[in-house]
Amino acid sequence: MNDSSPDRFVADHVRSLPRSGIRDFFALVQKMPQAVSLGIGEPDFVTPWNIREAAIFSLEKGKTSYTDNLGLLACRKAVSAYLARVFGLSYHPEKECLIGIGVSETMDTAIRAILNPGDKVLYHEPCYVSYAPGIRLAGGVPLPVPTRPDLEFSLAVEDLEAAWEPGTKALILNFPTNPTGGVVERERLERIARFACEKDLIVLSDEIYAELTYDGEHTSIATLPGMRERTIFLHGVSKAFAMTGFRIGFACAPHEIIEAMMKVHQYAIMSVPIFTQEAAIEALTHADDAVARMRDSYRRRRDFLVRRFNEMGLRCHLPQATFYTFPCVKETGLDEKTFATRLLEKQEVAVVPGTAFGPHGAGFVRASFSTGYEKIETACDRMDRFVGSLRGAAAQ
Amino acid sequence: MVKDVLKLLLEGEALATPRMAAVLGATEADVETALEALRVEQTLLGWRPVINPKAVAENQVHALIEVSVTPERGGGFNRVAERISKFDQVETCYLMSGGYDLMVVVRGATLLSIATFVSEKLSTLGGVRSTATRFMLRCYKESGFLIDGGTDEEDRPAVSP
Repeated sequence: MNDSSPDRFVADHVRSLPRSGIRDFFALVQKMPQAVSLGIGEPDFVTPWNIREAAIFSLEKGKTSYTDNLGLLACRKAVSAYLARVFGLSYHPEKECLIGIGVSETMDTAIRAILNPGDKVLYHEPCYVSYAPGIRLAGGVPLPVPTRPDLEFSLAVEDLEAAWEPGTKALILNFPTNPTGGVVERERLERIARFACEKDLIVLSDEIYAELTYDGEHTSIATLPGMRERTIFLHGVSKAFAMTGFRIGFACAPHEIIEAMMKVHQYAIMSVPIFTQEAAIEALTHADDAVARMRDSYRRRRDFLVRRFNEMGLRCHLPQATFYTFPCVKETGLDEKTFATRLLEKQEVAVVPGTAFGPHGAGFVRASFSTGYEKIETACDRMDRFVGSLRGAAAQ
Repeated sequence: MVKDVLKLLLEGEALATPRMAAVLGATEADVETALEALRVEQTLLGWRPVINPKAVAENQVHALIEVSVTPERGGGFNRVAERISKFDQVETCYLMSGGYDLMVVVRGATLLSIATFVSEKLSTLGGVRSTATRFMLRCYKESGFLIDGGTDEEDRPAVSP
């Protein structure tokens, strides 16, 4: 770098921040437009029409203004009623709810609202790509906690205890988890809740995949004793309602926390687009059937994909939620990056190396089933050939 | 298994037996057995592809015919409705609530063939009081499929977090 490079203007802590591994892999895949991709982290369904129509109608009515910084009151009321109905949670729409730009921005707002420089934050890994960078950008110190394949990537409180350090202020949870499909059953969640209370942690719980739970019932940590007052519940319409492009997320928490988040959100974003908030109201009030249909379809694709992985010798647990599988590729003798790169080169199938979601994803790849049967079948056939060829080469 | 097969059929996503077997993790024999059960119980009446009407427009005219019928003592509308349904030209026949009794969907090669069917066959049946024929001008959605309603996938990134 010479002294006249524009790079000199970039802040040190941003320069030192690595790019997401997903971004690098995306660049590779982009060069191969014919590739069948299992690397997609969003629903393949188009947003149900009644929801799209609500957005269009909103524009037709001329709703093009800013809204309250917290979001439209009608939207917050819809969120509050939905959370009561689906999660058993109770939040006051006027004081305890904020509408944000997807869970990503809402999580970032939450982190920035609570962290002082040097505060430590526990989060489990492999995980969604933004948690550790978000903590660093807010001046915090990320403390990764591994989730383990032998627990199907659930979170053991013993691992939390081992990773905890003095100065830890918060715990980020994302169950069901992107990329592993891991969940935490109620008993384990209760132990985590007790740990959070003992250590006086605030919990940021990203539950964006909750509705895409196929086996068992999702429990929000905010419903457990002593947790409501120390939890920022984060959710949105992107995944269950197939509305990623609408960018609607929401945070629910005690008033003091929401008030703090509102300040960060207000100065950064002002408010979320009004017509996507109107669409979210329609989603939260009139789209249960559409969600159920999509969930049914995902479940069948999941069963198919996991069965095919295990048949071809890639050990893979049955994810109880999300639309991701996380098969182990160690038995092929390749690490996850080499596996994903060669699979793309030789068979034109894209999966995401597990390390794109943190070092604890080593030896695994993420394969999404948010794509149609035909593509999933084609991808599986090609992967089968690829794994077979590796086995053949190893036998020679 | 029968319920699962029926769901797949309704989704229209995996009609071929080998694919249904693959998706459901069952054998092809299992799927065949389920299909046979659906046929026997008359849940599955037959197979038909959903064709874009524009592609076959040259040889097809569709009409919706509203038919008013005098119901019969003991049989109601059934005997007349069943007689109407037996004509090859009739694709669909529903008993309706409202201002008329039967909604009959008729397909013909030309406008004239449908006019002939209505004037010579349908309206002359015993029990038929009147008919009102509406010709279909354009199809926007067929059996759940949008015509020209494809989604532009180009903007969707191939890999995303």
